[in-house]
Amino acid sequence: MPTVMLRMNEAGQLTFYVPKKDLEETVVSMEKEGSDGWGGEVTLSDGSLFYLDPLPEAPKLPITLRARRGGGA
Amino acid sequence: MTVMTREETEALIQEVLEIYPEKAKVDRAAHLALNDHEAEQAKKCITSNKKSLPGMMTIRGCAYAGSKGVVWGPIKDMIHISHGPVGCGQYSRAGRRNYYIGTTGVNTFVTMNFTSDFQEKDIVFGGDKKLDTMIDEIEKLFPLNKGITIQSECPIGLIGDDIEAVAKKKNKETGKTVVPVRCEGFRGVSQSLGHHIANDAVRDWALDARDDDDSFATTPYDVAIIGDYNIGGDAWSSRILLEEMGLRVVAQWSGDGSIAEIELTPKVKLNLVHCYRSMNYISRHMEEKYDIPWIEYNFFGPTKTAESMRKIASHFDESIQAKCEEVIAKYRTEWEQVIAKYRPRLEGKRVMLYVGGLRPRHVIGAYEDLGMDVVGTGYEFGHNDDYDRTIKEMGNATLLYDDVTGYEFEEFVKKVKPDLIGSGIKEKYIFQKMGVPFRQMHSWDYSGPYHGFDGFAIFARDMDMTLNNPCWAKLKAPWLKDESAEEALAASA
Repeated sequence: MPTVMLRMNEAGQLTFYVPKKDLEETVVSMEKEGSDGWGGEVTLSDGSLFYLDPLPEAPKLPITLRARRGGGA
Repeated sequence: MTVMTREETEALIQEVLEIYPEKAKVDRAAHLALNDHEAEQAKKCITSNKKSLPGMMTIRGCAYAGSKGVVWGPIKDMIHISHGPVGCGQYSRAGRRNYYIGTTGVNTFVTMNFTSDFQEKDIVFGGDKKLDTMIDEIEKLFPLNKGITIQSECPIGLIGDDIEAVAKKKNKETGKTVVPVRCEGFRGVSQSLGHHIANDAVRDWALDARDDDDSFATTPYDVAIIGDYNIGGDAWSSRILLEEMGLRVVAQWSGDGSIAEIELTPKVKLNLVHCYRSMNYISRHMEEKYDIPWIEYNFFGPTKTAESMRKIASHFDESIQAKCEEVIAKYRTEWEQVIAKYRPRLEGKRVMLYVGGLRPRHVIGAYEDLGMDVVGTGYEFGHNDDYDRTIKEMGNATLLYDDVTGYEFEEFVKKVKPDLIGSGIKEKYIFQKMGVPFRQMHSWDYSGPYHGFDGFAIFARDMDMTLNNPCWAKLKAPWLKDESAEEALAASA
């Protein structure tokens, strides 16, 4: 359960930052984005998968959340 | 030797690795790489932020160095206690040249060494009482201090002292900020974790002091300089540019900074991050908690400075953007003269760097403005994200070395034959004895400032003064040398 921080980078892309692992990648796709909530399965630009417990609506960024590692990675 | 090809660089790395035993070879191979613009992510070509191998001569520091030496140390109106045995504080005292304004020993304390000087009995019975007494003495002797930080040395963590309890007690008694910092030297693989711990200590013990206090009059143009340690006056030469642009610099973190500035930082509109490595943590925290955006900037060399000033201005309204152009225009003749004077003397020279923090990538632009090529660079304690940012700055097929060992660095220099090396004091005399011009790029070799347009003039002069110094020709025996060339160059100065 790594702690991750989600923020918009200068180019306006959603980035996923895991301080402990020095991992800073942009988010390629997120399962739920829009009316059905926010979160779920997240794919990063390096191909790794994470899972965020879905929030009812898009939060104010940046935000620190607990994520679960997904996809057996 | 001219520019090296991919194959030559690869062969060089293999050749240098040859001497290591099998296991060490595998480990070190991951830390040496050649730059490849195609690589989108640094982690695919270079490994960083890993423990140095025992037996290797590394150039890294410890977590205490990262916290006391880098982040907390320059805050001038606080007293930073080196809590533990006397050596850590004494041998790092005043070495970093963080300039500040104030009367040392009266209202500022940066170059002084305060230590609890642990003895055997403190290890056996614990040092909390001693710390308590020490803070009382400090209050008596230096009543104008604005706060105290307790910078732990290794034994504090090992014997399990409760410095947090002492800090809370003393905070109640004196009403001043007292910050316990758990930066014992054994934590982490380098000083980098010390930066992180220090950032977290700022967040937990100091940053939110004025959250409920709106008495500070803000303007829409408030900014903070984050991660500029005012080495040789760097922050000052950056600050004047920002102020000329019409911005108001509320805080300097932490060169020539004070605790009041730190407490006011949550009120600014934009955080300007120079040293990403040591202060990105607090910038991210302020973005999340106070909604303050942060941007990275680079004030080395006129090209990058102008680029960064425009980038900063783009976050404000048109009046700032117009003033930014005016400031750039104002300094243009100044820096063009500097380039006109020094570029012919430095053109085409090749530089190898090995430093820490932001410099391995930030100073590349300044060298390029002088027509010099950086052919190798590396971080003492960089992380993945640093190398991600470096790949774009460096030329293709140039050398990248992470946590380079003494042996590797010497071998690289022998083969690459750079005209100038920029690294630290421990490397300086080895390379000078090898006959290679050297600049100590941690504290600018007792010169500086190097930031901003004013700093660039000093930077260019220093590089010329070192590279074209006639002494390099005197290293050869008199009957072997060809003296006409060097003296002609010296005469042209």
